[in-house]
Amino acid sequence: MSVPFSGAASVAGIGATEFSKESGRSELQLSAEATLAALTDAGLSPGDVDGLVTFTMDNTAEIALARELGMGELRFFSRISYGGGAACATLQQAAMAVATGMADVVVCYRGFNERSGQRFGQVQNWAAGQSNTNGLDNAWSYPSGLSTPAATVAMQARRYMHEYGATSRDFGAVAVADRRHASTNPAAWFHGKPITIEDHQSSRMIADPLRLLDCCQESDGAVAIVVTSTERARDLAAGAVPVLAAAQGSARDQFVMTSYYRDDIGIPEMGVVGRQLWAQSGLGPADIDTAVLYDHFTPYVLMQLEELGFCGPGEAPGFVADGAIELGGRLPVNTHGGQLGEAYIHGMNGINEAVRQLRGTSVNQVEGAAHVVVTAGTGVPTSGLVLGRDG
Amino acid sequence: MSDTHDWIMEQASLLRDRGETTPRPARDPVNQPQVHTWLEAIGDPNPVYRDTPEATEVHGGPVAPPAMAQVWTMYGLDPHRPADDPLHSMMQVMDEAGFTSVLGTNCDQTYDRYLRPGDHVTVTTRLESVVGPKRTGVGEGYFVTTRSTWRVGDEQVATMLFRVLKYKPGPRSSGPDPSSTVRPARNRDSEFFWEGTAVGELRIQRCNGCGALRHPPGPMCPHCHATDQGHVVSPGRGHVYSYVTHHAPQVPGKQLPLLLAVVELDEGVRMIGELRDGTGSRLEPLSGPDSGAVEIGTPVEVGFERIDDDLTLAVWRVVDGGSA
Repeated sequence: MSVPFSGAASVAGIGATEFSKESGRSELQLSAEATLAALTDAGLSPGDVDGLVTFTMDNTAEIALARELGMGELRFFSRISYGGGAACATLQQAAMAVATGMADVVVCYRGFNERSGQRFGQVQNWAAGQSNTNGLDNAWSYPSGLSTPAATVAMQARRYMHEYGATSRDFGAVAVADRRHASTNPAAWFHGKPITIEDHQSSRMIADPLRLLDCCQESDGAVAIVVTSTERARDLAAGAVPVLAAAQGSARDQFVMTSYYRDDIGIPEMGVVGRQLWAQSGLGPADIDTAVLYDHFTPYVLMQLEELGFCGPGEAPGFVADGAIELGGRLPVNTHGGQLGEAYIHGMNGINEAVRQLRGTSVNQVEGAAHVVVTAGTGVPTSGLVLGRDG
Repeated sequence: MSDTHDWIMEQASLLRDRGETTPRPARDPVNQPQVHTWLEAIGDPNPVYRDTPEATEVHGGPVAPPAMAQVWTMYGLDPHRPADDPLHSMMQVMDEAGFTSVLGTNCDQTYDRYLRPGDHVTVTTRLESVVGPKRTGVGEGYFVTTRSTWRVGDEQVATMLFRVLKYKPGPRSSGPDPSSTVRPARNRDSEFFWEGTAVGELRIQRCNGCGALRHPPGPMCPHCHATDQGHVVSPGRGHVYSYVTHHAPQVPGKQLPLLLAVVELDEGVRMIGELRDGTGSRLEPLSGPDSGAVEIGTPVEVGFERIDDDLTLAVWRVVDGGSA
């Protein structure tokens, strides 16, 4: 027996703190504030929540969040691993729980002081010191000095350039689009600060071929998303944004950020996600009005466009040219400004933007947006969503 | 310490293994005029070194000052050296490795008997040890020790232990501390690899069930599911599959910018490591994309960088003749 999944659950509320470089408060407080905001958006109260989902990496325990908000009994809690790859999978967990009756109202949350506290862009010695298989995996890269996210992505980017003739300017097209969208988004850290491709090209090298403006921000903040049944969401304050598809993906010979040993480089795990998204939703790339593609580093946005089928292998440089991924282009990407422009909240802020597009409330609204694809962190086992407009 | 260190020690080992040089005769036999010149220069009035009654009384005739042992076989002003001279060869190695300055530190001579005018000595030399790198007041360097033996015929007449410090002049740069290098997590599945690098072997896991090679290694063969895993020692040749120049942020134990590569070995497996130039020195950064000494396809060979007793890393040297 299979349970109908597509469309069974919906996003009923979204919330976030402000995005900053120093929040001035604890991570628990950030998540509590975002969760309360999301529940308020949905017209629900903490007492209605019976499920919580977050990232394995999140420092706030479900029970701690529940205590702060005065929640009652919880009957579903789950965590997803692999860093930013967890983002969309938190909604998959929530939607599955709701669709199967395991929970009625699930909040997905992620909150951190990632700029003022532990910065992911720095070398994380603990990652190599873990007494588990992840630590053993990192033994093959960290001691040699390949130990930052940017450098591990740059290794993939260099090979991608070699195989397909992509250039730094092609990567820059993503940064220009993100920053253009952020410039008109008051919630974005880079509100009012667009960049040109020349700005991108003159920014300093971080891990050649990646420049500073190929790299996302480091941010403090929290995001929360309320998931309940589509039926119930329709009666709530903000209406329903149905989860049409939700998938996780890991590919053959998968590593975390260093999948360098399989025949083809790249991010086939996103292909695994994409095929499921199209199969579950009955949609295809041509049906997507706007996309939120995880952009911790620009090259992976190009590679995601290929893995999701928006274009063929190696064709993304042409696909993103001439403003095609900017507002008004053929596929506006990251209309909130992405993690380069708005904030790096481990991909969760992008889910909120997808919801706003489908409600028609984005500051960079894509006219008539009915289907939005959202992806989670790349270079790691990852996840994705297709969200739709209700009715 | 670095791959340069490995190269120096490797060269030292080769020179040490050669043992003693072929006996090289002095230009002239021991003779009174050269003794006179030496005594004059030193200011030594001792009559036993001259044709005096005292010399006859004590030694049955004049003897040469023992401290002149080395004088008889000095090369003179001719800059050419025999190809097998171990001290000269080692100095060239050190120069090439960037340790261009020299400071004599020890000269211990022992004398078996006095030399007399007419004795014709030969000398042999062997490289005894190269020790370092040491941080000294004048800079970081290596102590190079040779031992020379003078003979008349087969009879040993004197020996000398000679030690110099070959060093990089100037204060040691306040560079990164290699001991802060991130340590690899290891367990019984991966220990063989690190035990290999420690003895200068690049080991690739080989399944004893089906023969498949695998890196990174694991306890069960993904092909045949055998848990009996061995390894082969790779000659360590391959090419650059991809590379990156890390500029920021700082990396513990590393000097930036840092060139890192995914190397595809001739055996088909891939490994991550730092790229070095042909001598094992740090490669200077590329000025921009697709420029410089490294590109995808550049042939490389393995080297070993000893961090300390607990950790030796495989590094990758660009093979001379360079880019593919």
